[in-house]
Amino acid sequence: MMLFYFERLVEILPFFLKGLWMTVVVAGISLLLGTFFGLLLGIARTSGNKLLVGLIGAYVAVIRGTPFVVQIFIVFFILPEWGIQLDALPAAILALTILGTAFICEIVAGGIKAVPKGQWEAAQSSGLTLYQQLRYVIVPQSLQTILPPLVGQYVLLIKDSSVVSVIGVVELTRVGWLTVVRIPEGLMVFSLVGILYFAISYPLIRLSNRLEKKMATQQMML
Amino acid sequence: MLEGLNFRVLWEYMPFFMEGLRNTFLISIVSLFLALIVGIIACACRLSPWKLVRGLSIVYIESIRSTPLLVQIYFFYFGLPTLGLRVPELQTGIIALMLNSGAYIAEIVRAGITSVPNGQIEAGISSGLNYFQRMRFIILPQALGVTVPPLLGQAIVLVKDSALLSMISVMELTRCGQTLTSERFMPTEAFFTVAFFYLCIYFVLKSMADWSQKKLIFREAY
Repeated sequence: MMLFYFERLVEILPFFLKGLWMTVVVAGISLLLGTFFGLLLGIARTSGNKLLVGLIGAYVAVIRGTPFVVQIFIVFFILPEWGIQLDALPAAILALTILGTAFICEIVAGGIKAVPKGQWEAAQSSGLTLYQQLRYVIVPQSLQTILPPLVGQYVLLIKDSSVVSVIGVVELTRVGWLTVVRIPEGLMVFSLVGILYFAISYPLIRLSNRLEKKMATQQMML
Repeated sequence: MLEGLNFRVLWEYMPFFMEGLRNTFLISIVSLFLALIVGIIACACRLSPWKLVRGLSIVYIESIRSTPLLVQIYFFYFGLPTLGLRVPELQTGIIALMLNSGAYIAEIVRAGITSVPNGQIEAGISSGLNYFQRMRFIILPQALGVTVPPLLGQAIVLVKDSALLSMISVMELTRCGQTLTSERFMPTEAFFTVAFFYLCIYFVLKSMADWSQKKLIFREAY
């Protein structure tokens, strides 16, 4: 019987690969958007404008303090009541972007704060504009601190993208859920789902570890 | 934005939400306690001199860390019955949360133990202390300072993760919100209340984590 189900599972493997592709698309788009907005907000967070810093701090606290399932329900069920009707896929990408932006903003702000003050002063007294200061002096240096946790955050985002299955986006987890109804071998079906997630997350985890080690040795050389 | 909230219904459902809050609280405490045990055991295995034991613990830790919690929950929820085990939803959820957090806690504890410099352990050996004395008097007092703040961080993550148990119909806080949504169709009231309660838990745990971090810095400076 096990073997029969296993063969069925191999038969519908393309269905799983389609789900994997959907996971990659959803996570990838929100990852790019999250990195972009996170970078902007992270820089704004170190700007020293009290109102701005307070607002971003409140946003980050609310996102970090509530479960992602609740956030996605809010985006999917409450926005329509205010007249913003979103399909499942855009709603999923929106919710994941809001989540990713909050965490990435924290990472970026931490990295920028780790750059010594003297660097800012030196850049300023060299007559660079604010954009030039950030572009040529501050961001390249903080990249060392930012990169390893950023890649780690990407892994978390990919894993969190499994939660968007609850609003009906047919990504990898949803495919597993749909399959297990027809092939009642929970261990087998969700092992397959797990292996596919592993295939994208594990290389990223290794990359993050390697970046961290590289950063540590670079700091020692300094 | 909020003027349309129906507080009468909210008030009517308040005892229901309180029960959900209590369940979330209990689930988190029990899973955290079990996860600590699992994590310490996994960490001991990870640092053990036997290759097989070490390999097994690495497989456990890495496979948990690179797959989403939701997939792990479904794995046990759909998988245990195929093994002929009839486990109620609540226990299934606690098992999944315990094993998930256990892997992260193992890494936190390992980071704490390896943060103690080797020279101190050698000094302990040459002072004639045995393994347990070295653990009790040299390694643990120092390692605890490094592990407690991230452990509280993990507790925050665990509380948020417990929201995913609503997907296998465990009656916790998020599930209460879903119930109110489906019974009265009031997603705004339901999910803002749920988010509010999670935020309260978050701020309590967060201030504990910040406090312990301050203590740690003080101790290092001392």
